[in-house]
Amino acid sequence: MRRFLDRHWYAYAMVLPVVVVIAVLVLFPLAQGVFFTFTDINEGNIANPILDRPASYVSVGLDNYLNILSGDASYGAFWSTLVRTLIWTFGCVFFHYTIGLGLALLLNREVRGRAVYRVLLVLPWAVPAFISAFAWKYMFNAQYGIINQFLRFLGLDDPPVWLGQSDWALVAVIIVNVWLGVPFMMVALLGGLQSIPGDLYEAAEVDGATPWQRFRNVTLPGLRSVSSTVVLLGIIWTFNMFAIIYLITGPNPNTRILVTYAFERFFSGASRDFAVASTYGVLILSVLLVFAGVYRRALRKQGEVW
Amino acid sequence: MTVEAASVKVVRPGVVARRPDRKRSERSRLASVGLHGALVVASLVAVFPVFWVLVTSFKPDAKAVETTPKLVNDSSLDNYARILAGEKGDFLAWFGNSVLIALMTTVLAVFLSATTGYAASRFRFPGKRSLMLSFLVVQMFPFAVLIVPLYNILLLLGLQGTSMGLVLVYCTTAVPFCTYMLKGYFDTIPNDIDEAGRVDGLSPFGVFWRLVLPLARPGLAVTAFYAFLTAWGEVAFASAFLSAADESKTLAVGLQVFVQQNRTEWGHLAAASILVAIPAIIVFYLVQRFLVTGLSSGAVKG
Repeated sequence: MRRFLDRHWYAYAMVLPVVVVIAVLVLFPLAQGVFFTFTDINEGNIANPILDRPASYVSVGLDNYLNILSGDASYGAFWSTLVRTLIWTFGCVFFHYTIGLGLALLLNREVRGRAVYRVLLVLPWAVPAFISAFAWKYMFNAQYGIINQFLRFLGLDDPPVWLGQSDWALVAVIIVNVWLGVPFMMVALLGGLQSIPGDLYEAAEVDGATPWQRFRNVTLPGLRSVSSTVVLLGIIWTFNMFAIIYLITGPNPNTRILVTYAFERFFSGASRDFAVASTYGVLILSVLLVFAGVYRRALRKQGEVW
Repeated sequence: MTVEAASVKVVRPGVVARRPDRKRSERSRLASVGLHGALVVASLVAVFPVFWVLVTSFKPDAKAVETTPKLVNDSSLDNYARILAGEKGDFLAWFGNSVLIALMTTVLAVFLSATTGYAASRFRFPGKRSLMLSFLVVQMFPFAVLIVPLYNILLLLGLQGTSMGLVLVYCTTAVPFCTYMLKGYFDTIPNDIDEAGRVDGLSPFGVFWRLVLPLARPGLAVTAFYAFLTAWGEVAFASAFLSAADESKTLAVGLQVFVQQNRTEWGHLAAASILVAIPAIIVFYLVQRFLVTGLSSGAVKG
């Protein structure tokens, strides 16, 4: 034991603060949150130290899970919401990745004004999310929003009501999130591109590879490890991306994803249903854990050590 | 100390490999036009929303909702003057709170993730693998759902309603990703430097503080940027954990209230948004030249 501590004490000393903070502020709340999913806790029966009222919620077993998984509309229509969440997540990450990669490839060339283009293209990342949400909400307005004015100018007499009760709202929030998320992907992939040794391209060129073959056989394999990391992170972040939808369309059922519904359940309504919100949280976490496991296994099959 | 930071930089393999010095054959004029065209269009799309808010911020509220868009329409600095004078809420107090909270979060998150990232990069210790994995899992937690338990704990610790409580909560969001990023960056700094420092009699902490940290400046800059933005733009936790008094709000919370009360005052909202975006853009401008190197080495190594 003594030798063990002698050898490792500075490593543990450096890690300890983070472990303590995470344990106290993440793991413990998580355990409590999981516990809540088996109760009927809400604003009315939670312990309230200000009113000096003891907790009076009771255990309900698996009822919350059963109610939600039945797909009942009064519990957020879990399955159709899940499908919408998947459309949202994969739609966003697909465009983040493809547009980000395209721009990174352009920026990786010798282009005059590259530094300026880079600053401009990364700008959406620097703008706080609630400001971007406000800007886009203003631009998407059906009457005076500049987007519809532009569409009318192009001759489209009847442009969509973007943020109304239709699937256009989902399209709109996906557009906003794509705009918001491309810079991160672009910067990460640009770094990945720049770490591919130039010799490989020269060798390919000597061997007579076409540009497409160079892209397929040098660029993409060289980007594999960056891509697998950023795509996984992108999926996790987008799946749980709450601010954009919440700030732009609010409780619109056409843009409802799992996280926003949990939040709706949590904050709105007279009763503030903490139990159902927590159950949603546990289900979200389960979906993501399963996904990460599958993803990791798929990568390992391709010989990736991650 | 015999190891000079400047002389060491030359041997770093990452930097050498990162320079794309391959010269392609001359590009045709058409390809050149296409390349610039694509970049210009993309830049316009990236910048336009911010530009449009800027244009709107000078217009009176009534002109901001006209159905024929104009760049200038009775534009003036009135919106800014009124907001800064506090007519729409205690804007300057919110601003101060936000700056304080964001800076504290930045300092704390960079410090925590630097030590953790360094330990994970240099030392083998039991539990390292599960620690890094848990950082990935922590990012999967829908934090919206942790709010009630978090509220209880902050209350228990006496931090509910204080800036410090909020700073700690932000750190739990920022630190896991920052640690990944910095671990990757530290991995690109050769271990020889540490060994040379140890031979010269530095403690493990001395090596970290005096040799490795100065070399990791790009990585630290990106981490700081990320942590700053996490705290600067956050709405949900700030509205749940700060006391309801007007003068203790952050900008994000104050502006939300403003939005709910004045749905039609687009001109004022735009001006307030620009004022909020300015500090973030300043921070961004300071770190942007480090962004690619700092982020990439982190992401490459995962």
